[in-house]
Amino acid sequence: MSESSMTRPHAAAAHHTSLGVDNRKLGVWAFIGSETLFFATLITTYFVFAPVNRMRPDFQDPRKFLDIELTTVLASILLASSLTMVLALSASKRGDRRWFATWLLATVGLGLAFIGGQVYEFNHLYHEGLTLSSSLFGTTFFVLTGFHGTHVAIGVIWLLAVFFKVRAYPDSPENAMDVEIAGLYWHFVDLVWVAIFVLVYLI
Amino acid sequence: MAIAERTAGTVSPPSVSVRPGWAGWLSTTDHKRIGIMYLVSAFVFFLIGGIEALLMRIQLGVPDNTFLTPDVYNQMFTMHGTTMIFLGLMPLNVGLGNYMVPLMIGARDMAFPRLNALSVWLFIFGGLMLYVSFFVGGAPNVGWFAYAPLTQKQFAPTSGVDYWIIGIGLTGVASIAGALNFIVTILNMRAPGMTLNRMPLFVWMQLIVAFILIFAFPVLTVATIQLLFDRHFGTRFFLPNLGGDAVLWQHLFWFFGHPEVYILILPTMGIISEVLPTFSRKPIFGYAFVAYSGVAIGFLGFLVWAHHMFAVGLGPLANAFFGAASFLIAVPTGVKIFNWLATMWQGSLHLTTAMLYAISFIGMFVIGGISGITLASPPINVQQTDSYYVVAHMHYVLFGGAIQGIFAGIFYWFPKMTGRMLDERLGKWQFWLMLISFNLTFFPMHLSGNEGMPRRIYTYEADMGWNLWNLMSTIGSLLLAVAFLIFLWNVLTSIRRGPIAPADPWDGATLEWAVSSPPPVYNFAVTPRVRSRRPLWDEKYPHLHEVNGSHEAPVARKGLLRDGFERETPEAMEPIHLPSPTYAPLIVSVGIMILGFGIIYLGDFGLIAASAMLVGLLIMAAGILSWVRISHVDSPHHAHHGI
Repeated sequence: MSESSMTRPHAAAAHHTSLGVDNRKLGVWAFIGSETLFFATLITTYFVFAPVNRMRPDFQDPRKFLDIELTTVLASILLASSLTMVLALSASKRGDRRWFATWLLATVGLGLAFIGGQVYEFNHLYHEGLTLSSSLFGTTFFVLTGFHGTHVAIGVIWLLAVFFKVRAYPDSPENAMDVEIAGLYWHFVDLVWVAIFVLVYLI
Repeated sequence: MAIAERTAGTVSPPSVSVRPGWAGWLSTTDHKRIGIMYLVSAFVFFLIGGIEALLMRIQLGVPDNTFLTPDVYNQMFTMHGTTMIFLGLMPLNVGLGNYMVPLMIGARDMAFPRLNALSVWLFIFGGLMLYVSFFVGGAPNVGWFAYAPLTQKQFAPTSGVDYWIIGIGLTGVASIAGALNFIVTILNMRAPGMTLNRMPLFVWMQLIVAFILIFAFPVLTVATIQLLFDRHFGTRFFLPNLGGDAVLWQHLFWFFGHPEVYILILPTMGIISEVLPTFSRKPIFGYAFVAYSGVAIGFLGFLVWAHHMFAVGLGPLANAFFGAASFLIAVPTGVKIFNWLATMWQGSLHLTTAMLYAISFIGMFVIGGISGITLASPPINVQQTDSYYVVAHMHYVLFGGAIQGIFAGIFYWFPKMTGRMLDERLGKWQFWLMLISFNLTFFPMHLSGNEGMPRRIYTYEADMGWNLWNLMSTIGSLLLAVAFLIFLWNVLTSIRRGPIAPADPWDGATLEWAVSSPPPVYNFAVTPRVRSRRPLWDEKYPHLHEVNGSHEAPVARKGLLRDGFERETPEAMEPIHLPSPTYAPLIVSVGIMILGFGIIYLGDFGLIAASAMLVGLLIMAAGILSWVRISHVDSPHHAHHGI
């Protein structure tokens, strides 16, 4: 801590933090660190069982089940939602309410489209004979991607909550930070999908 | 004492609407009240865990005993371990941290007061859910480590394991939320001048523990979720007959489980790093070494989990790595021990009860540490594993270490928290009785373990040669119970009739002693300024820095001590802004608990359970709505515009 910050008048205390980072932002960053271990464990489990799956009599080949085309579309949807999220934040910082609402709802829409795609995929795989109990691949695949989908759903609810809160209190100076931390989480969930897409679908 | 005088003299307290009676506790967002809620509920769970231990000791007191059935015995050791770790030691540490950390860093509250309330409620409800299992078919009976595939439905058909999963899950969420709160509070809410390297060591250790927590707990969460899916939804993660992997459970569990050991012990190392200097009337020796060896322990703690699995047969390479890494932990731990000893060296020791516990911590912890070093060696470990030698080891570090450290903290800070002194005479009776009976209980376990007595057996035959050791342990454990009763009596009488505690009864060095006992709701009327590691000694003994100048040389070089002894008059009065009381965290926790009940029965009673989950989610949603509303009203910007 520098000398100057020690003598800063206390009127600024409400905004002042020791590190100069907003409390909630720091909290979300730490939370993302924790979530990283959550998904790392699920992905590790998937890879521990991938070779075992191949040696089992009830082996189910991921290549036969996973539809790269559909998932590529889903991945693009989620990546696009990260772009609209950035645009929503930028509009919120400018104070541009109309574009903020547009981009945020676009993000929500893309998130819902992703969830819809995943529901379609799960349903399709189920009818092809891939279930939680059909093989080790089914066990690990559904639990990993299912928990990612749950995170997307929570993200959608979070974004909607931010949308309605900003609508209820349009003049609150907290709005930009509300959007920013929801966005941090959203980008993280996207990034996890990139990892899953590469590690589970492509390789 | 200037800080305290300013506190008393210059401002009128802010108007805070604290609801009276129980409503005040149910809706509180004050870190001090939440700290007390943690301490009281954790102590209740701790006593229950102690009773479970006593029942086991009574069963083992004589050979071929029939006091407990084998199944009840299994439930007892499972619940004893789970309770002591998740519902006793952890929340006792969190409670002390919750109360003291904001005071020690000169803050008015935790960074997220409502999240703080959510943490304590989730912990309490998680604990209660675990205990509900006794009434719905039987408690979990698979050990606190819940090794696969013993936990699968065909071997553990009651819902005890499910309650274990959900109960641990709720306390896990509580712990992660609490850890995030500690991280942000400690990194971001320090008073001006309180740099990281001036933080009290208790705060340092809480910060390290918070980081360990957020990285270790998600791994346990995933493992328990996978187990839940195995039990109810047809997966086969830990079912070896279908290609699952029982050893994977051990890896995941101990990747969490070993850092958990440091989650339990590091805060108490922080406590005695406060208590020893205060009652030696000397600054801590080698502050930076004590702080950063804590960081080293936290880091190494993630690299040693497989020393719990030497008997699995992971191969010589893995065993060698994990054995060597485990030995390495002895280095930073030894650094701390020598620093504590050097702190006392040539100090003027005041042997208060808190100090006795702190000194005894060092002794008992060293014994546990040495048996730990023997266990870190794979060949010795294979000989000792699953024997009473391990039980002796872990109780020397977690009882002789953690529990005695927590008692040091309770005797040290009780006056601050309640405004009353604990009775020192009773405290010393308790201390000596506890020290003797602790050793009587656990030292013979080294010997019975060496003579081959396995853990987790409900009885043994008379000709095994273990009779004397077991009888000693049982007598010791009954005396330990007396020591706890003395403590309970001490607390209950002192809280009403104990001598009134002054603001600074021990001549402390850290900021919590600058405010009245108990502190005002807002902690500090004026945010304190910090110029060294011992802000209060600076105030009380202006010439101390000259005596101890060499310790503070780096600080002096930066010129921060230049005007260190001028009494400051506060500039513009700052508006004191405190979070409003709210029921929102309680409501959200109730919703999550109902959701948890639904999840337990989703596999067996689909429709009813799903409706329960829906109800839980709706209650959660209602709670979150009210949470968002109150947080908007409470936001500093909003308050500035004058409500």
